[in-house]
Amino acid sequence: MNPLVTPDIGLVFWTTVSFVVLFFLLAKFAWKPIMGALDERERFIEDSLSKAEAAKEEMSRLTSENESLLKQARIERDAILQEAKKVKDQIISDAKEAAHKEGARQIELARIEINNQKAIAMADVKNQVAALSLEIAEKVLRKQFEDQGKQDELVADLLKEVKL
Amino acid sequence: MYKSSILKLKIFTLLRICAVFLTLATFSIPAFSQEEHAEHTEGAEKKFEPGEVVLEHIADSHSLHLWGHTSIPLPVILYTDKGLEVFSSAHFEHGHADYAGKYYTYRLINDKVNIVGENNTLAESSSVVKWNSSLTDLSITRNVVSMWMSILVLLIVFISVSSAYKKNHGKAPKGMQSFLEPVILFVRDDIARPNIGYKYQRFMPLLLTVFFFIWINNLIGLVPFFPGGANLTGNIAVTLVLSVITLFVVNLNGNKHYWQHVFVPADVPGWIWPLWWVIELVGIISKPFALMIRLFANITAGHIIVLSLISLIFVFKSFAIAPVSVAFVVFMDVLELLVAALQAFIFTLLTALFIGTAIEEHHH
Repeated sequence: MNPLVTPDIGLVFWTTVSFVVLFFLLAKFAWKPIMGALDERERFIEDSLSKAEAAKEEMSRLTSENESLLKQARIERDAILQEAKKVKDQIISDAKEAAHKEGARQIELARIEINNQKAIAMADVKNQVAALSLEIAEKVLRKQFEDQGKQDELVADLLKEVKL
Repeated sequence: MYKSSILKLKIFTLLRICAVFLTLATFSIPAFSQEEHAEHTEGAEKKFEPGEVVLEHIADSHSLHLWGHTSIPLPVILYTDKGLEVFSSAHFEHGHADYAGKYYTYRLINDKVNIVGENNTLAESSSVVKWNSSLTDLSITRNVVSMWMSILVLLIVFISVSSAYKKNHGKAPKGMQSFLEPVILFVRDDIARPNIGYKYQRFMPLLLTVFFFIWINNLIGLVPFFPGGANLTGNIAVTLVLSVITLFVVNLNGNKHYWQHVFVPADVPGWIWPLWWVIELVGIISKPFALMIRLFANITAGHIIVLSLISLIFVFKSFAIAPVSVAFVVFMDVLELLVAALQAFIFTLLTALFIGTAIEEHHH
């Protein structure tokens, strides 16, 4: 038989022994850790991808939440501003009213005072005028009635007028 | 189908070699006797026989040839019916001398150990084909040394790669790791997964070991000088072992459906069953048998072509042939690089496919 296609038992024996030893050594020290590492890495990548996806979703959720929050905040801010404006207007108008009232009261008081003073002054003036008039009149009369004839004439006139 | 295309390529190459042969034969230059292959032709008068040289290079050997006449003798381990004999192959003096051991006298013929009996009768050592011999040759031959070197390389490479996975944990692969990772992933994603299915993980160690063992030995076989020079994966004993392993793995993992199909096929009338069993048995054997022959034949054919091309120089005894031979040898070597990977791939792929059919779950 052709030696090429006649397997030698020696080589069969050594190949079997060597291959089996190689198989167990590689399986234990090479393939197990390598396949484990590859699987682990693949799982890690898959995990990371799904995590990234989740993070993206979370992000978009947060963004929309943020937006709605922002919108709400804006509305609230507007409301607060509106309120503040109203309060401010109220305060201003109240102050204005109060000032107005106070002013009016002061003016009234002043007028009353003025009137009082005026009345007092007028009374004073009247008195003075009266005194002055009396004085003048006295002086005039005195001058006129310095002569006795005139006094008698007047008395006669006055007596004439008296009708009994 | 891969194999057939490779074979076609080889046939094509052979045709081209023949064409060159015929063309050059017409103007071959007169012989230069000093160009004779001194190592393989004993004495100038002996005619150069390319067939012998080629077969000698392809076959196993009891010594490790380094260069010229220098070679390392290897241990001869013989298991005879009388006991174990261990001695150096240097005692044979390359087949020029007999060695008288403890129990018998041994002679090396065609690099095979024979027992020399009385009256110069010869008894060959046993082979897988021939059991009834008193001599079992368990020598550490050239192929065994080459295999151990390849195993050493594989162990060093893959254990260092696996430690790189620990060291670079969670980081991108580096160096050797980044070169081998795609190959490992290729075996997993393109060989194991599609053919075996979701149970592929159990068979990954075997498939990876087979793939890298065949590949590295194919490549080492392409190196024409030490540490190459052996034709390990082109040796039928090696491919026999590999395919027997496939045979065992496939059939030991066969599930209920697989054996049901073999022994109690549905839709087959009972009286055909004995014939069916014979056919199925042939099928079970022939699948790994084809694996054995395919790997052996492809690698051996490559080596034969390369050696034949080199032999052309000595057949024509002319330097003029050398450039042509070398050009074709380079072409063949490049092709063999492809074949080396391809045959490793096919062997692993078919192993995965057979495992897949054996553990396939049927859903009716």
